[in-house]
Amino acid sequence: MNWITNYVRPTINSLFSRRELPENLWTKCDECGTMLFHRELAAHLNVCTSCGHHMPITPRARFNALFDGGVFTEVKVPEPIADPLQFRDQKKYTDRLKAAQKQTGEKEAMLVATGEIGRTPIVAAAQDFSFMAGSMGMYVGNAIIAAAEEAVKLKRPLILFSAAGGARMQEGILSLMQMPRTTVAVEMLKEAGLPYIVVLTHPTTGGVTASYAMLGDVQLAEPGALICFAGPRVIEQTIHEKLPEGFQRAEYLLDHGMLDRVTPRAKLRDELIGLVRLLLGLPPAIAADLPAPAAADDSAPDDAATPEAAAPKAEPAAASAKPAAKATKT
Amino acid sequence: MTNYLDFEKPLAEIEGKAEELRAMARANEGMDIEKEAAALDKKASDLLVSLYSNLDPWRKCMVARHPDRPHCKDYIAGLFTEYTPLAGDRNFADDHAVMGGLARFNGRPVVVIGHEKGNDTKSRIEHNFGMARPEGYRKAIRLMDLADRFNLPVITLVDTPGAYPGKGAEERGQSEAIARATEKCLQIGVPMISVIIGEGGSGGAVAFATADKVAMLEHSIYSVISPEGCASILWKDADKMKEAAEALRLTAQNLRELGVCDQIIKEPVGGAHRDSIAAIGSVGRALDGMLDQLKNKSRKQIRDERRKKYLGLGTKGLAA
Repeated sequence: MNWITNYVRPTINSLFSRRELPENLWTKCDECGTMLFHRELAAHLNVCTSCGHHMPITPRARFNALFDGGVFTEVKVPEPIADPLQFRDQKKYTDRLKAAQKQTGEKEAMLVATGEIGRTPIVAAAQDFSFMAGSMGMYVGNAIIAAAEEAVKLKRPLILFSAAGGARMQEGILSLMQMPRTTVAVEMLKEAGLPYIVVLTHPTTGGVTASYAMLGDVQLAEPGALICFAGPRVIEQTIHEKLPEGFQRAEYLLDHGMLDRVTPRAKLRDELIGLVRLLLGLPPAIAADLPAPAAADDSAPDDAATPEAAAPKAEPAAASAKPAAKATKT
Repeated sequence: MTNYLDFEKPLAEIEGKAEELRAMARANEGMDIEKEAAALDKKASDLLVSLYSNLDPWRKCMVARHPDRPHCKDYIAGLFTEYTPLAGDRNFADDHAVMGGLARFNGRPVVVIGHEKGNDTKSRIEHNFGMARPEGYRKAIRLMDLADRFNLPVITLVDTPGAYPGKGAEERGQSEAIARATEKCLQIGVPMISVIIGEGGSGGAVAFATADKVAMLEHSIYSVISPEGCASILWKDADKMKEAAEALRLTAQNLRELGVCDQIIKEPVGGAHRDSIAAIGSVGRALDGMLDQLKNKSRKQIRDERRKKYLGLGTKGLAA
């Protein structure tokens, strides 16, 4: 109405809500030492443009690049009981959790979402190594179960990106019990005849590798990812000998028959689309940059919290065939 | 000869004194020491009761790992007849850290599988201290499949520090083998019963102990990581294992409260190693009871209930 509402308020608001600049505009590649500009790095999904070294990527950034048009709907994960053991080491577990939440802006170490990749509806789950080393506690277990249940309900494949130091010690035996619990989740998918594809990312170790992360129908890994049960340091201490070059890295596992493929992050999306469509008996995807799916456009394009369950009620084959046909016409 | 644990030193002194007195009496005839010796015996047995009725978590770890504690092969010899070991994973080797085969329990054919630690230097090396390699888990998978096909209950005896952290074990897919064994535990349609007889070490234990009923001996432990490992990671000091043992809540009593353990099997006073025969007998009775609870269930019912049990875990924490 007046200059205060029209000018002063927006100015003040913009001053306070101004997005914080990234602290470091430049990141040094831990492998080759090249300085990488943050925009360039983000555009390449945190892969070094000079040597191809794969740096960690958050689940959200990964999903933005994975889903058509960057549109996905988060799946709600049932909240577990907090700090069941009242665990305390040098710090309280609850304090460690709060610190991790503050640092990452995420609630816990796994993000589950539904959406489409190459017009193929999927459920995806990604583990966040930056959140307490991605460790598998009750929340992560619940997230994987929720992801499997959602996939079964919607008759969609599940794609899981693993990254974890192992089980979350602060939840003691209950973290260990996520090994059988998540295995039950994998069984649900198998019994429903749905593809379960695992992408092992750096690093995936311990109880995570020894449960859901090794039970995929297809096992992919990102280049250079450390994948193991016992870490190299523990092994060196046990056997008192130096381990060979590249030991427990993705390429080493591929050589030893423990993986199907090692795929660079840049090619991962296309490969996942191809694999999922092959396994579901769908026609090949259209190789082009696809806009956001129509269903999400209609309701609210920016709001990722839109309940998506309302949209595709039909079986996945029909649901995915339709938009694909539409894309061919345009 | 008794192997005394650190915290049993006062006990060792009293028992030593009583022993000395009796030796003296044997040397000098007519010396009457029986009253004094009996008093010492009484003092020792009272002390034993009080020590063991109040073991802290770290002491429990030491008892669970006691070298004289009955091991898998003692339980198999004591509780099963016609034990017929079956060997090998059909891929690479036979893992001696895992023993298993067909046997009869109370006359009924079953498949029994367990970790064996060994009880002297030679047998410990032979059994790799109870740390299985992928072949061990794959042998167990094969035996569980066999049980499933011929409708035999599976009984597992868990006693392992954990899966073996070695170069070859990693190259041959240690994690995949453990994951598949856990998966197999969840797939079979026959009763699956587990007893943690000593140490339930992390994933190496889960692979055998994902069962309809999980019983734990009174002084056994079951944990996501050893107290030593936890201390070195979270306290950055391996000597803080007492604190870690406390924080991890790894005792049978804690696990019963958390719903992970279904039943605690009482040990003789002073621990299973002081009276193996009594301990083995208690385990036998517990096994019998658990098998009884699972009879007359259909294959589907057994499998569904097992999965439901695991999905439902973690709804209750420890009382504040």
